[in-house]
Amino acid sequence: MKQNKWRIISLGIAIFIIGVTFPFWYGKGESPVPPALDLDTPEISLLTEKKCIEDTAFMRTKHMKLLKAWRDEAVREGERLYTAGDGRVFEKSLTGSCLGCHSNKERFCDRCHNYVGVAPTCYDCHIIPGEVKK
Amino acid sequence: MQEVKQRITILTSFLAIAAIAMLAAAIAASKTAGIVLTMVVAYIVFAVFLIGFVYRIIRWAISPVPFRIPTTCGQEKSLPWIKANPLECPFGNLGVIGRMAGEIFLFRSLFRNSKAELVNGRPVYGSSKWLWFFGLMFHVSLLLVILRHLRFFTEPVVPFVGALSSLDGFLEIGIPTLYMTDTALVAGLIFLFMRRVLVPQLRYLSLFTDYFALLLIASVAVTGISMRHFFPVDLNEIKTMTMGWVTFTPVVPGKTGILFYMHLCFVMVLIAWLPFSKLMHMGGIFLSPTRNMANNNRARRHVNPWNAPVRVRTYKEYEEEFREQMIEAGIPVESTGPGEAEKDKQD
Repeated sequence: MKQNKWRIISLGIAIFIIGVTFPFWYGKGESPVPPALDLDTPEISLLTEKKCIEDTAFMRTKHMKLLKAWRDEAVREGERLYTAGDGRVFEKSLTGSCLGCHSNKERFCDRCHNYVGVAPTCYDCHIIPGEVKK
Repeated sequence: MQEVKQRITILTSFLAIAAIAMLAAAIAASKTAGIVLTMVVAYIVFAVFLIGFVYRIIRWAISPVPFRIPTTCGQEKSLPWIKANPLECPFGNLGVIGRMAGEIFLFRSLFRNSKAELVNGRPVYGSSKWLWFFGLMFHVSLLLVILRHLRFFTEPVVPFVGALSSLDGFLEIGIPTLYMTDTALVAGLIFLFMRRVLVPQLRYLSLFTDYFALLLIASVAVTGISMRHFFPVDLNEIKTMTMGWVTFTPVVPGKTGILFYMHLCFVMVLIAWLPFSKLMHMGGIFLSPTRNMANNNRARRHVNPWNAPVRVRTYKEYEEEFREQMIEAGIPVESTGPGEAEKDKQD
């Protein structure tokens, strides 16, 4: 009985430790390389000033908010032009504006999305120019 | 006086949360403090959690449980024609495992809660499932939220996390999608907190730690949900930091913002404090003596292991000594010949 008790206790503690240290041994200690975003597309190389519609920090954290606002304004209210912070005007279009420059979805959008485990539903409907759906 | 004391307790727990939030804001403002928090304190917190948790379990395990004290709520196993209830009154290990599973996964004993009311001067009893419902909802949500966070701690992300996240967000409300567990977690916390604040009996017996535990988890949830829906942060920076932790190559995160530091500080306080708080029921539930023992008192003899040896003198030994006197005095004896007690002892 006594021995049996300690067998169960040590089994429980082992399960606990293996469970909470899961991330430490799952990756076998290899440091993953943070995603490097590929900006080398024909369209971007043609730009004289390499600048997205807003600054990088804004785009990194809030691009999904922007796209959602665009969707609502363009589809529901018919306002199809976006005036950026610095006064430039763009068409509110994922396929036209965003993917026009960033035509390399697999080397741009997907890299971060896969890294942080995000599955945006954008591409359920939107066509990726030049991409063959597998 | 009692009322004032209760209000001070509630206020103190809010102040404690505010203090942690302010500390986090200060850390976010200072680069050095940020480095210390993410590169040193993070490991200390995890070590405290791990060691503290195991320590508490071992402390409980070595605590003596001299008696079989299962609480029972069903018919015990007895005669073959009496129907036993193996789950509510387990007799063997299988029944105990089933009962523990019901307790851990379904909160069986909370399901049994009842309420008593005086109606026209007579007590009326009824079932009360609210605590069970919101308690279970809160715990399941918290588990799923923690599992979803594995996306920041594994690379490549564990496959089931994606499936879990899409299932959790399948209502597709907003972008990023609102998770059902986030909503349920907050709803559960609001119920559990308001219950303690609004019900006079519960307010009377609630302590600082009761409020603080709920508010702390609520603070984690609120800062987390805010970062997802209202003040988005750069997840790349965050995952680079968390992956640095788990590969023992910590890196200083880039610009992540004050809200992230608050989230981090609340989580760290929660994790480091957990082994020493009531939240340790996470491990303790497995060691509840009234639940994890089989009720076989009548079938098997359980002797308290540290009982002092009791010198027992049987009737036979007594008769052996006084047989002649007893026969002389006309007192009936069980056996007439000497030496029979010896023989009995040997048997």
